[in-house]
Parts: sequence; structure tokens; C-alpha cells
Amino acid sequence: MNHYYSEDIAKSPRIQKLIDHLYAKMPVVEADRAVLLTESYKETEGEPMIIRRAKAFDHICRNIPIIIRPDELIVGSSSQAPRGCQVFPEFSFEWLESEFETMEHRSADPFYIADETKKTLHEVYKYWKGRTTSELATAYMAPEALLAMEHNIFTPGNYFYNGVGHVTVCYGRIATEGLESIKAQAAEALAKCNPGDGDYAKRSRFLQAVIISCEAACIYAERYAALARTEAAATADPVRKDELLKIAENCDRVPRQGARSFYEACQSFWFIQQLLQLESSGHSISPGRFDQYMYPFYKSDLDKGLITREFAQELMDCIWVKLNDLNKIRDAASAEGFAGYSLFQNLIAGGQTTEGLDATNDLSFMSIQAAMHVMLPQPSFSVRVWNGTPHEFLMKAAELTRTGIGLPAYYNDEVIIPSLISRGLTLEDARDYNIIGCVEPQKSGKTEGWHDAAFFNMCRPLELVFSNGMDKGVQVGPKTGDVTQMKTFDEFYDAYKAQMNYFIALLVNADNAIDQAHAERCPLPFLSGMIEDCIGRGKSVQEGGAIYNFTGPQGFGIANMADSLYAVKTLVFDEKKISMADLKAALENNFGKIRTPEEAQEIITGLAKALAADGVVLTEEQIRTMYTTARTGGMPEEDRLKYEAIRSMLENVPKFGNDIAEVDAFARDVAYTYTRPLLQYKNPRGGMYQAGLYPVSANVPLGAQTGATPDGRYAGTPVADGVSPSAGYDTNGPTASANSVSRLDHFIASNGTLYNMKFHPSALAGREGLSNFVSLIRSYFDQKGSHMQFNVVSRETLLDAQKNPDKYRSLVVRVAGYSALFTTLSRSLQDDIIRRTEQVSM
Amino acid sequence: MMNTDFNQVRGRIFDIQRYSIHDGPGIRTIVFLKGCFLRCRWCCNPESQEFAIQQLTMNGSTKTVGRDVTVGEVMQDVLKDMKYYQRSGGGLTLSGGECLGQPEFAAALLEAAHYWGINTAIESTACAPYESIQKLMPHLDLYMLDIKHMNSEKHRAFTGVPNERILENARRIATSRDCELIIRVPVVPTFNDTPEEIQAIAEFAATLSGVRQLHLLPYHRLGQDKYEGLGREYTLAHLEPPTNEHMQELKEAAEAVCRLAVQIGG
Repeated sequence: MNHYYSEDIAKSPRIQKLIDHLYAKMPVVEADRAVLLTESYKETEGEPMIIRRAKAFDHICRNIPIIIRPDELIVGSSSQAPRGCQVFPEFSFEWLESEFETMEHRSADPFYIADETKKTLHEVYKYWKGRTTSELATAYMAPEALLAMEHNIFTPGNYFYNGVGHVTVCYGRIATEGLESIKAQAAEALAKCNPGDGDYAKRSRFLQAVIISCEAACIYAERYAALARTEAAATADPVRKDELLKIAENCDRVPRQGARSFYEACQSFWFIQQLLQLESSGHSISPGRFDQYMYPFYKSDLDKGLITREFAQELMDCIWVKLNDLNKIRDAASAEGFAGYSLFQNLIAGGQTTEGLDATNDLSFMSIQAAMHVMLPQPSFSVRVWNGTPHEFLMKAAELTRTGIGLPAYYNDEVIIPSLISRGLTLEDARDYNIIGCVEPQKSGKTEGWHDAAFFNMCRPLELVFSNGMDKGVQVGPKTGDVTQMKTFDEFYDAYKAQMNYFIALLVNADNAIDQAHAERCPLPFLSGMIEDCIGRGKSVQEGGAIYNFTGPQGFGIANMADSLYAVKTLVFDEKKISMADLKAALENNFGKIRTPEEAQEIITGLAKALAADGVVLTEEQIRTMYTTARTGGMPEEDRLKYEAIRSMLENVPKFGNDIAEVDAFARDVAYTYTRPLLQYKNPRGGMYQAGLYPVSANVPLGAQTGATPDGRYAGTPVADGVSPSAGYDTNGPTASANSVSRLDHFIASNGTLYNMKFHPSALAGREGLSNFVSLIRSYFDQKGSHMQFNVVSRETLLDAQKNPDKYRSLVVRVAGYSALFTTLSRSLQDDIIRRTEQVSM
Repeated sequence: MMNTDFNQVRGRIFDIQRYSIHDGPGIRTIVFLKGCFLRCRWCCNPESQEFAIQQLTMNGSTKTVGRDVTVGEVMQDVLKDMKYYQRSGGGLTLSGGECLGQPEFAAALLEAAHYWGINTAIESTACAPYESIQKLMPHLDLYMLDIKHMNSEKHRAFTGVPNERILENARRIATSRDCELIIRVPVVPTFNDTPEEIQAIAEFAATLSGVRQLHLLPYHRLGQDKYEGLGREYTLAHLEPPTNEHMQELKEAAEAVCRLAVQIGG
């Protein structure tokens, strides 16, 4: 029955050497691309933008320094330094220059930058003032949208300052037919262009640009062929010499021509993957269904006896390592939101064929094996799950989960396929979906999904309901009325919806302005040649050339809003236990939370020093008074106790995540306040808006800008993660939590939902543990959940839970016949559990 | 229409725990019944022992342990994880306390589970009149029976009761062939953690017809805080849980004297 090989394959010693080399040093910022880009732009002033982009890409491909790293079998590096990065001033540059001095020492994703590079970039940047996509986007935005962004209601940060990325091209077609076939297709279309046609200007120049940039990519590969030959001639090691000569042969052939072997196909794939990220700074350029489009090459080699499974595995492992060689510098704030140098190159295995049959093959298993061999963050590895997925495949995936690396993410075909069909994909295209970036489904080679369009903080509009649209003294939102005068919950809920609708429209305004700016200033001809139907339509993906066009901004804070609105309904309106005025005051005063003694001490020390400098010496009495004021902010003790009591009442209202049908139904409705209004909007490419429900890691930094919420959440603390229940509020175990989350409408959030679960490793112990774990995923998916990913709790996490019990209140540890909430155990018993964790994870 | 009177039967429980994965096959929901005939000194659920409803104080807050419920009410919670049972081959496990202390209630719970097509198991000491056990049999799929020690005197010293009735019931259950039977041994240092003591249990288990599995459950002290919470003394506070190596040694010792599949943990 099984048409696949699922056994373990050993790791080649080469792989660890590649990894060690890659991670030996801190990543470096390099200036070569920016310099070459700017040189080219200066020479092409006045030409059509699409031609300028193609010529700049060509100039970069011909001249950027190239390097073959020690022991590599797959070559192509965008930077001289391992994990280095190039910069992309055409999108934005001011933030980078302002962070030159701090980027090496920042906490999230530090980069080294040489003084020489700083100087070079400083010169380059003089050219770019007034020419970037972000400046044009700002000029296109409505003033209300800019104001809303200033007040942190939403942030379209990613595409505002960077390329878009978030795409999967036709890797399989290039591997099979070569870039020559794209050039030929463009040339044929160009030949058909009639100078008298109304769209001749744009169409003909676009097609020329596609031809120029495909040729540039081929030339880049051929430079590698030459370099490999030079190095082969220079090496004394006969084994490495043969390897280098083989590399040269590969680079002569691909990506210009179709690959004749699995090895050539791997090299072809890599050049495309790498060069897309040299053309633009967009991240989440996702390899997609690697196991499907690479399989014919593998199968053919294997059948003919030209390759061993071990060598095929080694090549795949090499690619897995290479995916970590690409890097990108983000501004300090974004780096926190996307922490971990992640490029979100999502690669997915398993699922169905376009005919709806099980697609699992040898490479699906070998993809999991590769992830186990390299144990690196890239690729963002995913697996597709449907009713026909072999148990064996999920067991192998679960083994990867058990390592604690946080991979793979699991996706449910049974939700995603119908969801995509509802957005206009054909049945065959929907069945062939892959995931972009974090969780965003789409059809490869046909889609410009703009999947990471923005983060929308669903908590902020609720704050504005309480302030009648005011924020920091400015009327940011609509006046929805004095909240203390609202007579019914419906009136209150309507005010929330009015705030939501207002800001959703502004979010659309901001996104469309950015979209327009990319179309005008950064159309991407190399990418566009590999996305249908750009050549047929004669325009770039940025101008609407793709068959499927979407914009997908993410809402987050569902759990907080569900819990908050439910608490307001229950305590203020139904049971009338708290007055709206008291709730408002409690929120404004952050539930009476006062500064810690350390924080207060710091303020007093600073103050005393400043006064001492002025010659003022404080008495002990004065210092005591100041200390008290610093701790409480002058809040009377009586009020403080009242606010605390209000918080404790709010906390005791039933919460989302505990399998309580009424609360969960409420959460479903609250999510609609974001997902439904979006559907009416269109983007400049002619596509629709579709919501996602996930925050990447933005729930932490954006939570820091969010005031206290009526679910009992303190100001400045993280907002709930994705569609997961609020941390610590789901206390009935994983099945209850999963049942609650499955009651959200995952179909309407067709840009993806993200559900994160934490597990103690004992839950995955042994074959039985894995099997039960797989059953948990299957059961959640039976109930129409869309995505699941897992953190297997490490010793470090448990140590952190000892220090910060509030963050981990729902962490359950289980042994036979006994289970407990970790944080309720005494210290010595917690230590016992930590010891057990070490045992099981061995 | 099937008779569903079992839904009205009342009993006393103290907890319902979902997503249990070490207490029978697959993903299970455990219903903990209150009251036990034994007083095992290592018991990790001391609040299960008394049938009476009690107050337990932990981390500064006091909660009531024990509530009277109908089978129908319990089943509302049990049914919430139906999908998980179906996918994993899991189901309902009755634990305690000792479910044989409330035989009518336990039997009705098992019957209700079977009515919904849910697999059933009990974790039990078998320390009860055999008639009580027989009441459960029509709707019981798996009996996980604790054998703690073969020496009756030592058994009495650590659990408060001798072991004759337990061993006799084990034989009768095995002979009846009414349900699958697994023998489980809580491995408690200073009580039964020598190879000889474990081997004696293994040899006995091997004589029970139909028994194929022996589970050795390493002692843990996770229930310790609750003794204090109940105002009781935890007499085993000095005990260290057995090491992995020692458990492995005991497993091998058991395997040397029987042909049962011996595993560490449930």
C-alpha cells in the first residue's frame, strides 16, 4: 500500500560542518547590493521603472561578490559573511542609518556593521531621500490613517518599510524547463505586442524587464560555475576538487536550462530561492511543496540507480542549512516582533494532490528528517494533515515536535481547502495550497497574497470606547458616546463595532497606499516572470499581474476581547455588580497596580541625585513621602483596593479556552467584528481583503502599548497569542482549550489562524505518547481547527515559570493518576518536575 | 428507546481530569470517586481517602473537596472529549479513591459510557466484596488492578489492610474473563522496591490467566502539599523517588521471572 520510504536516514558529517561554519560569528551587514543598486539607478534616471528595476537587478547579479563556503554542495550566497545581509534602500533607509551605532548590541537579532560599511551606506543613502516606497506610501495615506498608526491602533510596518515577499513561485517549472522557458514565453508575448496597442508601453517594457532579469539570474549562476572551476584548480584535496567540478557543471546548466538530475534540481531551486531575496527585501519567500515538485527528479534518479537515498538526504540537508544563510536586518522594534532572525521561508510536506489523493512520498519523510538533522529555525517547516494522511507520517512529524524545536506546524486541509475555494480558487488550486510565512495559505505560482499586510490590535478600539474616541488628548476614533451612560450591553457592543469598523477602513487605506507605492516604485520583474499570469497580462505582480490577489492583515487579541466583552456583559449589564464608571476608573488606573519597591527606589534615587546637584538635601521624612508617592502614583489606598477588587471580580468571570460553549460562542462573534468588515474591501490589484488571526510575536511589543483591558489584563503586558486563549486563563487542559479554539470560525479567517500549545515532554513519551499526541491534532482538526503548533516545555521554561508564575498558570504537568497545575506546586515539588523533564527529554 | 435511568444515579466525586494519557489506552477522562478502603501512606491523592466532603487549604485558599453529582452530570463533561476518544482509542477511566466504594454509581457511569460507545476502564485496588466488582463487569473493558505487595503483613503496615482479599479477587477477575486485566505496581522505596518483592508480584501476576501486562509505576511525591492542606502529616517526606536506573533494574528483574510485557509508567 505505502508508496514511500519512511525509515530514518543517517546525517552526513558534512552537515554539522556547514552549520558550525554558518554560526561561528555574529551576522554582518554588507553594502555591496546597495552600492550596485544605486549606481544602476543613477544611470537609468528617466527610464520606465520596470526597466530600471531589471537593469539594477542585472547590475547586481553581474557584480555582487560571490563566494562558495567550505564543504558546500549547493552554492549561492548573498553575502560574504555567513548569515550576513544586504540592505535595500529603495524601500526605506532612515531607520537603518539611525541604528548604525546600536544594532550590534541590541537584544533582539543583533548585527555587526563595519565602520567602512557605515561610511559607504551613508554616501549611498544620500541618493535615496524622497525616492523610497515608504515615502511615497506616506504621501498616499489619509491623515486619519497616519494618526491611527501614530496611536498604535494598527501597524502595517512590514511592507511599509520593506519589500513584500510572502510568495511562492513555480520552482518546479523552473527546475523542469529552466529560466530560458520564461524568457521564451516573454519573448513570444513581446513579439505579439502591437505598437498601436493602448497598453503597449507598459506591457512591452514589462516583458523586456522579465527577459533582462531572467538572463541576469542565469549569468549569476554562471559566475558560480567559473568560481567553482577556479577553486577546483586551486585545491589540493581530490575529493573537494571533484565536488567543485560537479558544482561547476550544475551551475553551467541551471537555472538557465531544465535540471537533468535531483542534484541539479536542488541547485536550480536554491538559485531561485536566493535571488528572489536579492531582488527585494521581502521575507517569507516560501519554498512551499518541495516534496511534490522535487519528487519526479528524485524518483527518476532513484529508479535509474543514479542516486542513493543517503545522498539525496544530504542534498536536502544542505538546502535546509542554506535557508539559514539568508538573513535580513529589521529595525529594532520589528526585530522584537519577528525575533529570531527569521525569514519565515515556509516549506510544507504531505497533503493531497490536485486530484485529491494522498501526496505523501519519500521526500515528505526526508523533509522531516532534514529538519531533525539540522535543528535550525529555517525553513519554517509545516505539514499538511487531512483524513487520508498516513499515521506513520504524523508519527514522524510528532517525533520532530518532541525535540522541542517548535516545528513542524500542522495544517488542516479539511478547513483550508474549502476556505480557499470560498475566496475564488479552483478546486485543484486549493488542493495544491502551501503555506506562506507563518500560517497563510495560498496557491503557489499564481498568487500575490500580501499576506502580512498589517497587525491590527483589537484591544485598542475597546480602550477608545471607554474614552469616547480620545487617546492621549487627541480625538483618534469616532465619538461613540459616554460609556457610563450606556444602558445595554448591545449599545456598548455596537460602540465597539463602530470603533472597529472605523479603524478597519483606515487600515485598508494605509495598506492600499503602500500597495500603490510598491507598484510605482518597486515592481519586481524577476519575481513576476515566475507568477502566472503576469506575462499574459503584461504587468508585474505589484500591478495586479497575478491570478489571485489578496491583502491579508492580521487581527490579534481575540481572547482578550472575548473575555473583556463577556466580563463587561456579565458584571456590568447582566449582574450589575460593577458600575461602568468604576470599571472605567479601574482601567484608567491599571487596576490599582503600583510600582514595585525597586522601580520606586530608582525614581527616588534619580530625583535625589538631581536635587543634590542643585544643592538641595532632602530630609528622611521628605524621602519617605516621595517614596510613597512614587509607589502609588498618588492613588489613595481606598481606591487602590477598590480597583484591585474589581480586577479580581473580572478574573473570576468564565474565560475563553475552558470549553464553555456560551463563552466560546461569544468569542466566535467577537472575532467576526474583525474578520467580516474586512471582506468588503478591495486592494489596488483588484483583489479582496481577507483576515488572518495571528500576531507572530507582535503580541508582546504591541501589548506594551495597550492599556488595561476588562479581562483583568494589566496595561503593557502581552496580548493573547493568535487564537490561543489568554496565557494562564485556560485551566481545563489541552482538550478543553482546543475545543474552545475550534469553536472560532477558522474558515472566514482565510489568511490563517495560529494556535500555540504548550506541552510537558512527558505527554509525548514513548510511541504511545506520540500516538496520543497525533490523536489530539486529529481531533482538533476534526472539529475544524485550522492550524496547531507546539512548544514542548523545556527545563528553561519551567525555571522561568518558577520565577514568573502568572505567565504559566495553565501549565499542566501530568504523571500517571495525577496531574497538577505546575505553578500551584510547592518549590520542592516543582524541582521534582524539573528533574523529570530532564529525564523524559533525553 | 434504551433505558437511560443510569443517568439519574448519584455518587460522590472529587475531580474530573481530562486529557489523561497515562491511565489506560489513548486519551482519557478520569473521574475520581471519593472514598477508599485503603490508607496507602504514599497516596498522591490523600483527599480521595475519606468519603466525607472535606476542606483542603493550599496556597492560602481553601477549597471544598468532594461533590455529589448524577451520572448524567458527569457524562456532560465526559462527552466533551468524545472526538479525542474516537481518534485515540481512549475513553473513560474511573479512579479514586476506590470506585468499588460506590458500586452502583460506578456501574451506572460505566453503563452510561457504553451507551455512548465510550471505552471504559477502572483503576482499582479490588479491595471490596466480589459482588461489588461483579456489578461493574457488564460494562467494563479494562481493569487496572493494583497489587502492592505479596506479603500481607507488610501490605497491612503500609496500606492499612491485608492483601488476601485483593489477591483472591484478582484471581476471580482473571478467571471470569469478563474484561481485560492489567496488573499495576506502585513502586515505593522502603516498601516494595527490591527486586525480590517486585519479582514476587510478577510471579503472581503471571499465574493470572489472560493477564499480559505488568506496569511498574514509580513513586512520586507530588501529592505531598495536599497532606498539609488537609492538616495531616506526610509520613514519607524523607523518601526520594526511585531513579530511572533502579526502575530499569526492577523491570529486568520482573522480566526474568515472567513472560508478561513489563513497562515503566502507565
